[in-house]
Amino acid sequence: MMTDLYQSQRAMRQMRRQAMQRGVVAILDVGSSKIACLVLRFDGANRLSEDNSIGSLAGQTGFRVIGAATTRSRGVQFGEVTAMQETERAIRTALQAAQKMADIRVDHVIACFSGANPRSYGLDAQVDLEGQVVSESEVGRVLNACDVPDYGVGREVLHAQPVNFALDNRSGLIDPRGQMGQSLAVDMHMLTVDAVAIQNIVRCIKRCDLELAGIANSAYVSGVSALVEDEQELGAACIDMGGGTTSVSIFMKKHMIYADCVRMGGDHVTADISMGLGVPAAVAERIKTFNGGVHATGADDRDLIDIGGDTGDWEHDRRTVSRAELIGIMRPRVEEILEEVRVRLDAAGFEHMPSQQIVLTGGGSQIMGLDGLATRILGQRVRLGRPLRVHGLPQSATGPGFSSAVGLSLFAAHPQDEWWDFEIPVDTYAARPFKRAMRWFRDNW
Amino acid sequence: MRPLRATRAPVIHRSKPLAGPDADFSSGARSEAEPKLRLSGVKLFGRKSQRFDPTPSRLNYRLQRWMLTPGVRRGLRVGLPIFAICAAAGIYFGSAERREAVVAYVADVKTSIQQRPEFMVNLMAIDGAGTNLSEDIREVVPLDFPISSWDLDVEQIRDTITGLDPVKSASVRVRPGGILQVDVEERQPVIVWRTRRGIELLDETGAHVERIASRKEHANLPLIAGKGADAHVAEALQLVNTARSLGGRVRGIVRIGERRWDLVLDRGQRIMLPTERPVRALERVLAVNEVQDLLERDVAVVDMRLGQRPTIRMTKAASEDWWNTKVTVGNGQ
Repeated sequence: MMTDLYQSQRAMRQMRRQAMQRGVVAILDVGSSKIACLVLRFDGANRLSEDNSIGSLAGQTGFRVIGAATTRSRGVQFGEVTAMQETERAIRTALQAAQKMADIRVDHVIACFSGANPRSYGLDAQVDLEGQVVSESEVGRVLNACDVPDYGVGREVLHAQPVNFALDNRSGLIDPRGQMGQSLAVDMHMLTVDAVAIQNIVRCIKRCDLELAGIANSAYVSGVSALVEDEQELGAACIDMGGGTTSVSIFMKKHMIYADCVRMGGDHVTADISMGLGVPAAVAERIKTFNGGVHATGADDRDLIDIGGDTGDWEHDRRTVSRAELIGIMRPRVEEILEEVRVRLDAAGFEHMPSQQIVLTGGGSQIMGLDGLATRILGQRVRLGRPLRVHGLPQSATGPGFSSAVGLSLFAAHPQDEWWDFEIPVDTYAARPFKRAMRWFRDNW
Repeated sequence: MRPLRATRAPVIHRSKPLAGPDADFSSGARSEAEPKLRLSGVKLFGRKSQRFDPTPSRLNYRLQRWMLTPGVRRGLRVGLPIFAICAAAGIYFGSAERREAVVAYVADVKTSIQQRPEFMVNLMAIDGAGTNLSEDIREVVPLDFPISSWDLDVEQIRDTITGLDPVKSASVRVRPGGILQVDVEERQPVIVWRTRRGIELLDETGAHVERIASRKEHANLPLIAGKGADAHVAEALQLVNTARSLGGRVRGIVRIGERRWDLVLDRGQRIMLPTERPVRALERVLAVNEVQDLLERDVAVVDMRLGQRPTIRMTKAASEDWWNTKVTVGNGQ
């Protein structure tokens, strides 16, 4: 059932290990509006600081960004590859610039994307332990005992992370290995996406002569970098407002327990401005960036913005628009996006969470006054999040638009245990008849 | 009203160029300004100016990746210069003509250094040799001065000089000031050796010193004769020394059968000495001579070859006298 998934994910883990040995890996954030590429150099895992303390960033400083580049994305809509040639060219551009800055060749790449209809599933299972002590194979057995729902043809599992273990009646265990008990239960979060989207991205990366060493959902990785540690622990939602999509991920006890994606983003705001004012998309983008907002004040009526044009028609080229009008165009769309996010959060049962912190990040979160608007729609505890600071990241890449790229770097350095990191129990794995025979012998003689 | 100009690169919002690590951070659009000055020809076949699409071509991308590979970089930085130098040298020395020219040039430079006045030797000074020997030395070491000290083989010159008979030892060195200093120690003749081929002078080790025409030239030196006598000059000198008490009566010492000595006195007298310990035997004869005046009598030969039985041979006349004389034995009969 899951065998080929195991194979491909394990192959990627193997690639990641190779990349670690070589010490250089590229991080690729394939977004709808920009493609960001970071080149990481690993200096050796878990090196402690001089005074033997755990150091800054809780020991997550095993790597350093030595190359960073971003390019305008092409051929990506709603976080999915729609024109492969174009996407490949954009990836090539970003990667070449990053390599040039890093001054080293990169062969392994870890990618993330936001779209492809992510869908979350909560899985659980309980098994009686064979022995008294929970071993690695017992964990594998309980994970494999999970009742996988029918997630549909043409879908693929992107993440399958055990989020909680329970031993007898003790719940909330992070790592049950080595503990004593009778029965082991697990809660697992599984995220599926459209298989075609993954295949397209894999194919684009292969066409750039690169090896894929891992793939992640950008909702997950931007949560990893934008949420601070206690927010991840106590429960929070990360809303990554990208160009084509707005991803939602909910974290609890340092595990992602829900992820979803709204297929609307900053590009739609730009498109609204472009249509409403009758200007090209590039001009609309610029007006949005410099003059955009969601709260109109009295002064905004008098603040006229030159929207220009180069038609040669004097009247047309001297058009102006007041900032209040611009806000009037932007605000309904932003509200719509946030309402949609609200719906997703409600569907996930976010109101039942003990801590209802909401963190807005992504390039779209830079709209002025967004936090005030989000407070009205999403709840009181909203803040704007920026990615974690990592070594060597250029100042230009520390904005909220890079939270998924930075999160993917952290993910590359310290990936969470997933389903496929544990051995499958031999009795369900038909490819090992010899081991089965050995086991039969052991059991019967 | 704020002026607003649409640009084709909406990504860049930077007001001034950044310094530090951000300077390299490049966004997709062309951020660097076009150079103000540019050769007009370069633009024609150089890169396209104001290219909108920043995407590298597949070939360009692969080439850049290839050039960023550490092995290739090392090869280009180290291997390529080495290869270029080797190739250039190989091509240059491929032609025999140029090879010879280089060799000739090197030889020329070498000669010009060797011919500097600091290295030139102008004369040969010989110390410790007589006139004849000096001439001989100058004859066997034919050097036409001035000569460079690089061309002098001092070892060989010394061997040549030492090879001369009258030279016991020699040292040859180049003294500062361009002088070839030869210090010679001559052999001192101590004995005259007469052979069938002539008369020679020998030193105390028996080495040949000089050939002389007449014994009279060195009348004060003792005379030895016989085949193989030169190998036992030391013993001969001991014997001569021992026989000093005989004064002028000693004619010389003869080596018999390359084995033992005969001391020859005047009046045809001979003392035949044994092979072993000849000096001791001679001392015995001299002691007898002291007491009995043995050698003053008509004795032709004193034969000491057998130590237990010394024998005397009388002269012929004495023997005849002996036969005619009636000897009275001690008891008067």
